[in-house]
Amino acid sequence: MGMTLSEKIIARAAGRTSVAPGEIVTCSIDLAMIHDSGGPRRVEPILKRLGVGVWNPDRVVLITDHYVPATDDESRRIQSITRRFAADQAITNFYDQQGICHVVLPERGHLRPGMLVVGGDSHSPTGGAFAAYMFGVGATEMAGVLATGEIWLRVPETIRIDWTGRLSRGVSAKDMMLHLCARLGMDGGRYQAIEYSGEGVRALPMQERMTLSNMAAELGAQAGLIEADETTAKYLNAAGAPVDRSADWRSDADSRVSEHHVFDASALEPQVAAPHSPANAAPVTELAGTKIDIAYIGACTGAKLEDLRMAAEVLRGRKAAQHVALICAPASLRDQEIAQAEGTLGAIVEAGARLLPNACGICAGYGEDRFGEDVVAISSTARNFKGRMGAASSKVYLGSPYTTAASAIEGRIADPRPYLLRGKA
Amino acid sequence: MSGRAFVFGDNIDTDALAPGRYMKGSIEELAQHCLEAVAPTFAKQVRPGDVVVAGRNFGMGSSREQAAQALKMLGVSAVIAKSFGGIFYRNALNLGLPVVVCAETDSISEGDIVGVDLACGMVTNETSGRVLTGERLPAFLLDMLADGGLVPHLEKKFARQRAS
Repeated sequence: MGMTLSEKIIARAAGRTSVAPGEIVTCSIDLAMIHDSGGPRRVEPILKRLGVGVWNPDRVVLITDHYVPATDDESRRIQSITRRFAADQAITNFYDQQGICHVVLPERGHLRPGMLVVGGDSHSPTGGAFAAYMFGVGATEMAGVLATGEIWLRVPETIRIDWTGRLSRGVSAKDMMLHLCARLGMDGGRYQAIEYSGEGVRALPMQERMTLSNMAAELGAQAGLIEADETTAKYLNAAGAPVDRSADWRSDADSRVSEHHVFDASALEPQVAAPHSPANAAPVTELAGTKIDIAYIGACTGAKLEDLRMAAEVLRGRKAAQHVALICAPASLRDQEIAQAEGTLGAIVEAGARLLPNACGICAGYGEDRFGEDVVAISSTARNFKGRMGAASSKVYLGSPYTTAASAIEGRIADPRPYLLRGKA
Repeated sequence: MSGRAFVFGDNIDTDALAPGRYMKGSIEELAQHCLEAVAPTFAKQVRPGDVVVAGRNFGMGSSREQAAQALKMLGVSAVIAKSFGGIFYRNALNLGLPVVVCAETDSISEGDIVGVDLACGMVTNETSGRVLTGERLPAFLLDMLADGGLVPHLEKKFARQRAS
């Protein structure tokens, strides 16, 4: 019997010819990604206590994105610990204030198909879009990885999620994920490995695929993988991480999955998730008309270059409603620069958007711009748990960048499709 | 170990356990706000030895291990739930906070005295007299818990390696 993509990667990392779901194995780590919140300030004291340094500095990537910008003494202290740790441990893969880790990591060519990667952040499954087995761990476990270069894993079952057909205009990967959260629930992934496949997935550009893998976290999966193809290879070539054997990193035709779900991408409508769970998703038409105060385009889930392009498509030549604060925090500096050069960012700013730094910001509940009491917001981010993005009384609706932009214009939750049809004519 | 049960529903998230706005400060301060969005008096009422009982997907969301650390700081002796968010589950074990997967948590009421036997995965509701079967942890995780979590466990391992 063949192996799934996840099983192949785990077997390779465990030094085995094959593995089966349920087995507990010890894997060598190909790469560990850490950020300023769960990284140096938390792992350094543990490494000191253990009397060891980082097992292999070349296999560590350190990115600052949580306490950015450092606007108070405590944040500045955290950033200075982070910089000193990079120097002390000789970590040269250090990206300081370049954007959100999940976007910066592949953009700078650190991910390749077949790698086993841990990240000190729950949206680490994002790396699965590159046919890598990437998952999130907490700071203590990360310290253990940095000390030993190893981690234990229970070999996951593979849950296949097939998307037949292609998305219609104005519908995006974010809508696919909100729909899956509603259909499968926040624990539908059962901490197993999801593999997304089908024409609807293959048709997506790389950053849209990253949104699918990113939100495997919201389904409660450990990882969310997509097999490597020409789109993957093209992105990685451009990122300076060429792959020549990407065909090796696919599930075998005779491999076994524990669940197989099939969804029709062509029939999917834009989705909006009501407070306080991504699983409260429904077609936008059911929530349209809900008045909003803030429209937020941000985070690794919702402010990559492709996300900014979607928002700009709706916003170009239009203005946000007078009572709405439109806020945009591009996910990485590089994406922001490209968006600036091609006019994407201009369209968003001219619609009235206030730009925030390339950081996790409001999505992680950090920073000065957290939502105030009783604020109603629509957000292109991944999580709308009660109190996450600000006051416990704030209400956050989740939508795609298209839907967030259309809602900003109308001042109410709105279907983006009419804007795109008109734009086309 | 046994203690009073504090009972929660499904999908208790890490933002409720460790609110982002208190993440910069000390764990002692953060712990005082643990679960305040869903149970405002929890942090004040919980006493060392008490147990947290929940439904499905306890600890879903962020990888911030302060979610488990806050419970430990408050003296919670174990979390018993139908299922856990995967990262929270690993974090709890790594920090030495016992976690038990048990399908029958609905039979435990707020304030019941609940005992946990980790070695066999058994949960005893001393108030109702009912014995519930939970999942037994693999031996290597029981060892790690017995050492007090991953860091003391690795300390022992490294000490052995240096000695040999």
